[in-house]
Amino acid sequence: MVPLNYYLLLSGFLFACGVAGFLIKRNIITIFMSIELMLNGVNLSFVAFAAHWHALSGQIFVFFVMVVAAAEAAVGLAIIIAVYRTRETLNVDQVNLLKL
Amino acid sequence: MTTPPFNLADYIMSLPIILLTLFALGILLIDLVTPKRWKWMNAVTALVGIAFSTGAIVFRSQKALRLSGGSGLLAYSNSMLIDRYALYFWYLFLAAAAISILLSVRYLEIEQENHGEYYALILFSVVGMMCMAAGLDVVLIFIGLELMAISTYVLVGFLRTNRRSNEAALKYLLLGAFSSGIFAYGLSLLYGLTGQTNLIGIAQGLQQRMASGNGHPGPIMVIALLTTATGLLFKIAAVPFHQWAPDAYEGAPTSIAGFMSVAVKAAAWAMLLRIVLIGLGPLRSVYVPLFIFVSIASMTAANLAALTQSNMKRLLAYSSIAHVGYMLLGLVAGTTTQVSVDGIRGILMYLLVYTFMNLGAFGVIASLRQRNVIGDELDDIAGLYYRAPTESVLMLLFLLSLAGIPPLAGFYGKYFIFLSLIETGHYALASLAVIYAVFGLYYYMKIANYIFMREAIDKTRLPLSWGMRAGLGIAAFATVFIGIYPEPFIRTVNWSLGLAQSALVAGLTH
Repeated sequence: MVPLNYYLLLSGFLFACGVAGFLIKRNIITIFMSIELMLNGVNLSFVAFAAHWHALSGQIFVFFVMVVAAAEAAVGLAIIIAVYRTRETLNVDQVNLLKL
Repeated sequence: MTTPPFNLADYIMSLPIILLTLFALGILLIDLVTPKRWKWMNAVTALVGIAFSTGAIVFRSQKALRLSGGSGLLAYSNSMLIDRYALYFWYLFLAAAAISILLSVRYLEIEQENHGEYYALILFSVVGMMCMAAGLDVVLIFIGLELMAISTYVLVGFLRTNRRSNEAALKYLLLGAFSSGIFAYGLSLLYGLTGQTNLIGIAQGLQQRMASGNGHPGPIMVIALLTTATGLLFKIAAVPFHQWAPDAYEGAPTSIAGFMSVAVKAAAWAMLLRIVLIGLGPLRSVYVPLFIFVSIASMTAANLAALTQSNMKRLLAYSSIAHVGYMLLGLVAGTTTQVSVDGIRGILMYLLVYTFMNLGAFGVIASLRQRNVIGDELDDIAGLYYRAPTESVLMLLFLLSLAGIPPLAGFYGKYFIFLSLIETGHYALASLAVIYAVFGLYYYMKIANYIFMREAIDKTRLPLSWGMRAGLGIAAFATVFIGIYPEPFIRTVNWSLGLAQSALVAGLTH
């Protein structure tokens, strides 16, 4: 059996990749994918802990996170399409009308 | 442990939530067959839904609570705690939603975007908020949070063809989803530390771990606290996690900016207080320094940034960040192990008065929306007094209240927070907060200066719709009334915290 630590390291790594992608990438779709990566890191950690504690509630949380991610993707892509229609670009640096 | 199945009592307790969901779905269906001229009927339906929901709270939830004689009732196998604290916030959300809807009708007609989905989404987001305020299980809190957030993303981008609205929605969506991810990671670590998703279980687990570590939190516990707190602070828009707020408020439809700044913020606060006071209660010695830092940063950065704003919605966004800074001090007040009851009372009171005065201020800005003028630049309101004297006086009222001038409601929000700080010996923090509050007066009066002292460029009188009159009237009445006669409201806050009987309600005891 694979020890808990390995799962946690992998989930932490996935989460960190997501955060890094969110901060570094300039393409809106890629940024959005990075957020999904973060949520999948969260899911992995929940499942690992659920197996560790022999409790189901963690796995239930994972189902809800998946539902939320799907809903967020649906709304997010709609907003991205609306942005693309008015600006013809997917680069966040060119979405800069609102400023200090 | 066997979990009992859901029973009828659970559904009756949560009837306000169920009714609101049904009405929202109803609006979506009715909207399909509503002709263009009758779209305002959707607003009426939404208001009726809010009225029914309020009735259900008064005659069902509150009655059941009273009959049970306890401080709170658990529902849905311990995932929902319907106590007076939750009911207090439910009333607050419904009031904020009702005023926002009143302010929206004419605004949406001018924007030519009066679709029924707008009102349905407002109701859905209120459903999410109610789940956040009543949630005792992090699963329910997370679902409520996301239901509220996703509805609000759409509402911010509701003006589909408007570039600013699109951009605001995009920024809010990306940062909101990012913060939800961080928050969920924190929850997963808390779950890993304790094996529980229930806040009470999490608190017990953390207590044991603290005890076995001789009162020192381990590194994982600190990371769990930091990630959870980051998610929460993002949602209430505290510095350094505030960047989304000015952008989202500026680009969003003005009525929605008002709704976000009060209802969404109050919901985030309800969730924050539940999680921090109950779930993270044992870690108080760790989170207090963090909150002191965030609070000072919020007050400093927001007050400085607000000085130079030329857009009123942005200015109010920064002012709302500053208000969050003051409110956070209410959590700091207290000893290292016990939060001050006065501080929590101050936060609840602050949220109540803030709802009316800030919605009022945003309402006045929304009323300035004309065919060609957005009405949110400072230049747009130059000489407003000569064009719309009523709105101008109301705006002055709301601004003075936001600044915390004594005879108005805003004073009592700050009063209890500062009082709790002084009572528990945080003199330096209290004086700093008072200095910043005086500071705030400058930029609020800058708006008043434009309204009353400048010459109007265009002297045509501005019309004021009935919905707008009703919404602004309620907000202004509440702002003045709470300020002059605060006693019933203070008593309501005490009631919601269960101060008359037991203080367990908001996790004030451990």
